[in-house]
Amino acid sequence: MITGWIMENLPALLLAVPMLGAILTPLVGKVSEKGRNAWVLLVSLAALCVAALLTNEVLSSGTVIYTFGAGTPASAIPADSGGLPFRIIFTVDAMSVFMAISASIVGFAVTLFSIAGDSKMSGKDSFYALLLLMQVGILGMVCTGDMFNFFVFLEINSLAGAALVASRVDKGYAVEAGLKYAVLSTLGGLLVLFAVGLFYGQYDALNMAVIADSMQFGVLDKIALVLLLVALAMKSGAVPMHFWTPDAYSMAPSSVTAFLVVASQASLYGVFRVVFTLYNVTLDYATIGWIIIILGVLSMFIGVTMAIPQKDVKRLMAYHAVSQTGYMLLGVGVGLAVLGNAAMMDAFGMTAMEGGLFHIINHAMYKGLLFLTAGAIFYQAGTRNLNKLGGLGHEMKWTMVFFIIGALAIAGIPPFNGFASKLMIYESVFMFSPILSIIAMVVSILTLASFVKVFHSMFMGPKLPEYEGVREVPRYMLAGMGILALLVILFGVFPQQVVDFLITPAATALVDQGSYIAAVLGGGA
Amino acid sequence: MIYNLPFIAAGLIIIIGIVMMVTKKNLIRIVMGLALVEAGVNLFLVATGYIENGIAPIFTNSPGGEMVFPTVQAMTLTNIVIGIATTALLLSFVMIIYKKYGTVDVDKTGRLKG
Amino acid sequence: MNMSRIVRSTANILFPFILVFGFYIIVHGHLTPGGGFQGGAVAATGFVLLLVAFSPDIIRDKFSFNSMKYTEALGLLLFIITAFVAIALGTTFFFNWLANGGIIFGESVAFGANPGILNSAGTIPLMNVAVGIEVIGAMGLIIMYMLSGIEGGNKE
Repeated sequence: MITGWIMENLPALLLAVPMLGAILTPLVGKVSEKGRNAWVLLVSLAALCVAALLTNEVLSSGTVIYTFGAGTPASAIPADSGGLPFRIIFTVDAMSVFMAISASIVGFAVTLFSIAGDSKMSGKDSFYALLLLMQVGILGMVCTGDMFNFFVFLEINSLAGAALVASRVDKGYAVEAGLKYAVLSTLGGLLVLFAVGLFYGQYDALNMAVIADSMQFGVLDKIALVLLLVALAMKSGAVPMHFWTPDAYSMAPSSVTAFLVVASQASLYGVFRVVFTLYNVTLDYATIGWIIIILGVLSMFIGVTMAIPQKDVKRLMAYHAVSQTGYMLLGVGVGLAVLGNAAMMDAFGMTAMEGGLFHIINHAMYKGLLFLTAGAIFYQAGTRNLNKLGGLGHEMKWTMVFFIIGALAIAGIPPFNGFASKLMIYESVFMFSPILSIIAMVVSILTLASFVKVFHSMFMGPKLPEYEGVREVPRYMLAGMGILALLVILFGVFPQQVVDFLITPAATALVDQGSYIAAVLGGGA
Repeated sequence: MIYNLPFIAAGLIIIIGIVMMVTKKNLIRIVMGLALVEAGVNLFLVATGYIENGIAPIFTNSPGGEMVFPTVQAMTLTNIVIGIATTALLLSFVMIIYKKYGTVDVDKTGRLKG
Repeated sequence: MNMSRIVRSTANILFPFILVFGFYIIVHGHLTPGGGFQGGAVAATGFVLLLVAFSPDIIRDKFSFNSMKYTEALGLLLFIITAFVAIALGTTFFFNWLANGGIIFGESVAFGANPGILNSAGTIPLMNVAVGIEVIGAMGLIIMYMLSGIEGGNKE
């Protein structure tokens, strides 16, 4: 009975569990520090379990609808509403659970890392409450089927994120980065709200399925599309709106940075959701597809060239994050550009999209891992400056191993997961346009070069006298990194299984606008 | 024409806000610009929901007549609440920056470069 | 520092009225314009008035950071428990399980214009009260943090 009850309310529990956890964290923290740590771990583990159950449910029995405040979860359209679903509805399809599961895994690893890694900070009660709230924001963004609800979760996500970026006040740098992040994300959020207002004014609806069903693609819709793309691309850190990423990523505590990567990807999910589900058939595929491709290529190239001269290891990694975002945009953009052409879609379009989506989860894993290793080094050595670091490999062996795994994965070396998704992107993009594929490969080589340099200056060389007392980091931090490293290797060794199980349903769900609409409105749309 | 005035005003307020955010050097004025953009969006939302001769959607002692559908009002209220949280957060950031740097001028605070 | 005696006396007299007005807006949230957030904000302005009139030390004696934090957490808990009870009863999250039940806030209301029945609308007034408590706590907390920031005293 209790299992049936849980299964029925999975989408609500996915949000309610971390939310309740966030609210209770300060209260538990008053009782005891250890209890608070255990509580936070428990909550994020529970959220991960709910996400896994939901993934299983959605992948085995199709899109799940959850109507808040209705008598039963599936009654999307109230009897006396005249056929309009005006309640807040969660439409959880394969794409949503794909994002939700990757966010929950990173969330759990980050919490594990943070319990030891941020133990020197004060005000940890609020820190963990905000971390859980940020998870609520991310999970809400990827699950919701309502445009205004999407805006609300976007704001929860950015407010919690900004507060977390600024949480280590030291000397005001972090606060400045937090201010920059908060101003830009709030402006982005307001642009999204404006676009939502434009939709409501035209279609009298906020539900994504209803808007998609009645989409006319008039002038106002075009304005709304531009606003949404600008705002969400800015939040996801793609060039040319990437200037906040290095500041925010480098100044935030490392555990938060690893989570900010997932938050950016939730915005990327927003871009894909808007383009594929809201507009889809009404779009001029080639134009929008090429815009996304160009954004992707610019992000890849500018990101990596800006990364090479950096001295601060986290700043360097942040620019690499911008560069990797470009791969996802490139893959999905190629898929979008050939969406109207069934033959090309079968030949390489679908593979390109799958590669782009696969890269999202891979990026969340290895970039999270890299940021956590950077955090481990900062925890022990107290600096992030590459010119000062050196010889850490003698003492921090595990951290070094994890860093190597992450670095090889980001550079696309087999048998790690970055290789699997990059190979899919190279192959399919090569059939679309060889020059793009070559650019992608060159960027990959530059990435490798950059990380070889970082590895050398951090771990190699003789022991430096100033790092005499450096030891391996505490066990919890290693466990957090270990989970991600394990997944990086697993996804790299068995890419086909992961693609078949998670990625192909997600890509199909994105492309298939009709079934998304039908899931909410019922019948064939 | 008269019914388009709120939209024009909303657009103007948003543009003024964005220009203010881009041109002003004082952090507090940048936050004010953001608040202006928010006000403009709120005005736009409320104007979207208006119908001719509509009354407020309150049943208590309602005079009768066609009511406005309250979705946009709910959206505006939510945005106001979010706006308060954002503004409070931003202003406390500005306060900490002032305490650490002794200035709120972006030219002098901009220490994150590259 | 303290303001003049006139300001302090006025603040003393006005404070309860502001609170009562705030509570009025909170509990009538389902009948008239207003609700939890607005009422809570009004009540919080009462604290601002006290802050303006009296010296910060006196305020800090009367209201501590912790009491504000607990108020906020209490409101949030009440809110989410109200939502959780709905799934425990076999319906969905946020289902209005009190409406038309005849117990508390349980009177049914006919469609259309009515004089306003306070004892109706189910969980909506309950959630308004929860939000009101939460907003009073949160606003108070923000105000007190900003106050300590201005003084250059203890940091967040």
